[in-house]
Amino acid sequence: MNKARKTAMALAGTAAAFSLIATGCSSGDGGDGGESAEPIASDAFEEAMSTPTSLTFWTWVPDIENEIALFEEEYPEIDVTVENVGQGLEHYQKLRSALESGEGAPDVAQIEYMYIPTFNLTGSLLDLSEYGARDLGGDYVEWVWNQVANDAGVWAIPQDTGPMGNLYREDILTEAGLDGAPETYEEYAEAAKQVKDKTGSHISNLAANEPVQLIALLWQAGLDPFGYDGAETVSINVNSPEVKEVVQYWQDLVQADLVSTDAGWTDNWFQNIANGNYAGWLVPAWGPIFLQGTAEGTTGKWRAAPLPQWDAANPVSGNWGGSSNAVLSTTENPIAAYELARWINHEPEPTTMFATEQFLYPALTSLLEDPEYADQPVEFFGGQEVNAEFAEISATVDPTFEWLPFNEFVLSAYNETVGVAWEKKGDAVAALDDWQQEIVDYATEQGFTIE
Amino acid sequence: MAVTTVSSADPPATRRSPGRAARRGHRGHPLAGFLFVVPFMVLFIAMILVPLGYAAYLSLFESKLIGGTSFVGLKNFAEALTDPAFLGGVGRMALFLVIQVPIMLGIALFLALAIDSGRTRAARSARLLAFMPYAVPGVVATLMWGYLYGPDFGPITQAFEALGLQPPDLLGESSILGSMMNIVTWEYVGYNMIIMYAALRAIPTELYEAAAIDGASRIRIALSIKIPAIKPAIMLTVIFSVIGTFQLFNEPALLDAIAPVVITNGFTPNFYAYNVAFVNQDVNYAAAIAFLLGLVIAIMSYVVQLSSQRAERKVRR
Repeated sequence: MNKARKTAMALAGTAAAFSLIATGCSSGDGGDGGESAEPIASDAFEEAMSTPTSLTFWTWVPDIENEIALFEEEYPEIDVTVENVGQGLEHYQKLRSALESGEGAPDVAQIEYMYIPTFNLTGSLLDLSEYGARDLGGDYVEWVWNQVANDAGVWAIPQDTGPMGNLYREDILTEAGLDGAPETYEEYAEAAKQVKDKTGSHISNLAANEPVQLIALLWQAGLDPFGYDGAETVSINVNSPEVKEVVQYWQDLVQADLVSTDAGWTDNWFQNIANGNYAGWLVPAWGPIFLQGTAEGTTGKWRAAPLPQWDAANPVSGNWGGSSNAVLSTTENPIAAYELARWINHEPEPTTMFATEQFLYPALTSLLEDPEYADQPVEFFGGQEVNAEFAEISATVDPTFEWLPFNEFVLSAYNETVGVAWEKKGDAVAALDDWQQEIVDYATEQGFTIE
Repeated sequence: MAVTTVSSADPPATRRSPGRAARRGHRGHPLAGFLFVVPFMVLFIAMILVPLGYAAYLSLFESKLIGGTSFVGLKNFAEALTDPAFLGGVGRMALFLVIQVPIMLGIALFLALAIDSGRTRAARSARLLAFMPYAVPGVVATLMWGYLYGPDFGPITQAFEALGLQPPDLLGESSILGSMMNIVTWEYVGYNMIIMYAALRAIPTELYEAAAIDGASRIRIALSIKIPAIKPAIMLTVIFSVIGTFQLFNEPALLDAIAPVVITNGFTPNFYAYNVAFVNQDVNYAAAIAFLLGLVIAIMSYVVQLSSQRAERKVRR
């Protein structure tokens, strides 16, 4: 098994060396990618893109076939097969099995930002800087680019993002005598009490089984619970005094029954959203479209606002979700695979299509600033220009946030410790110590050095 | 009295078979016999022995994300034996076994006897109806029950609320095991019933005639003829149930989606092995857990079989 992995890495190495000659991105498409460096050896690129090649692409994005069709129109010789092997954990497990067994892995795969270090650790991602990906950096929102690129390389091309905002039921908040969304956390806590007393609703739900929501709130607070140097050293600070302060804030609200902790993505939770038992949801930019499908009956009653702030003078946010397309190091067609990942996530036509038809929240600055996209009134939100609201939020996301290279374990350990405390409305602050201990034990066991 | 009839009907059958086997041994080519076994052996080796051997091999190593793989002997096993998550899962399943299996088999036996008695109307459709849940895939069954159990909006909760009663939290920490027992019982009662029913149909009717002449009541017949006669079949269902219980996987894996925090990673040993392999990425430790679990199941099955044999010998004497 290990030998296979080594062979695969060696192969990838040779491929990378070869491709050094081929550095550079597309030249074929009159390029709006404009400023990117001129290809050094466009011959190799031309040759790769005009040789009949088939690529496999593992993704869960619905209707991505439409963007792929555009790509195949651009490059008629490249035949892309899209396979959906499941979403999230299921997808990663299958990906890992394929990588470990040394065959059956796709050329390009959907990877959430928080899993990039996890797959990087095993050397599974191809360094795209060899192909000119460095030049794309300036076209993406800064914090997003930092998620896919580090000093060692560029590991994926960003597709969509999830800057966190506050979606709330204007009707319920008005009924409670509030004028718009609370701006600070202090006001949020007061508002929570008012909403509960006057309407019986919870101001929002902090899902017990959703570590990433809480992590995004830590991200917003400017904390760095995780750190990874790209090699063997990690830092783990999920029980620092600052983290405890944030969790204590939520724990007070939860224990006063002002915020509920129902498990997310369950029937019960969907019903509560539709029925107004939650007067709001602290959720990323993909939340609006998700809500429109889930709570159709509440059209026009929702509004979007930035997250409540710890310091109202310096509004900040965190990110929850969003993903990228990475080229796996086992690919036999690195040039074509890179071009696929780049083309659909960088060219105007497919990226606009992602944003307007699949409602993926864009990572490209040009698209976020495009008035046609941003200034679109959304009926579900009472005609509010929700995209513009989130574009502003996106600009305030803290640009540095790192993930540990064994993210599955981190999230699963959260559910076993802090999640249980939320569920029981117990001591989540104390449970942070258990979470820290579990991660530290695991990291030590796996041979990492802890800073 | 009826008991003696049964046991005297039994021995000749067992006595006959060794004689036949011996006779068969003298005839025919030894090669033919071997060839008949080959297809089975090939599949047995390829699908059972090789994977088992590979798992055993894996369980002796330790592979770290940093530092690679090294031989550690029985360290993984020693670790598992003191791992609270693994032991907790085994303990939970033992509790499950003690409570759920008797209830399920009791109901199955009752249904089988009722249908076999010939007194039930529409015995055919009753049989089919009881068997139907088994035809529903376990995954679908669990999803369906998960919906029924749902807090706030599940039908059970709504029924309680309509009656003005406090609805039970069927997915809570203290009740989830019971809810799971209910799903498993619902699913497998029909299956066990069919096994028992088939055994009941094989009882020679002369026994009933004799019992009727002796003036035995229906209940007496059931207790003294039918149940002793199908004891091997009942033992079979017990052993199947022991194995099935320790291998519970679908139920926790699917209920995990609706009660994610209550179902811990180590809720059942099988679910734990899965999580260790695919979430913790520790295939070696997972292999050790799977091996230990297999051992637990083997021991439990053996204990059940042994105790039933002892009981039988006592009766014979």
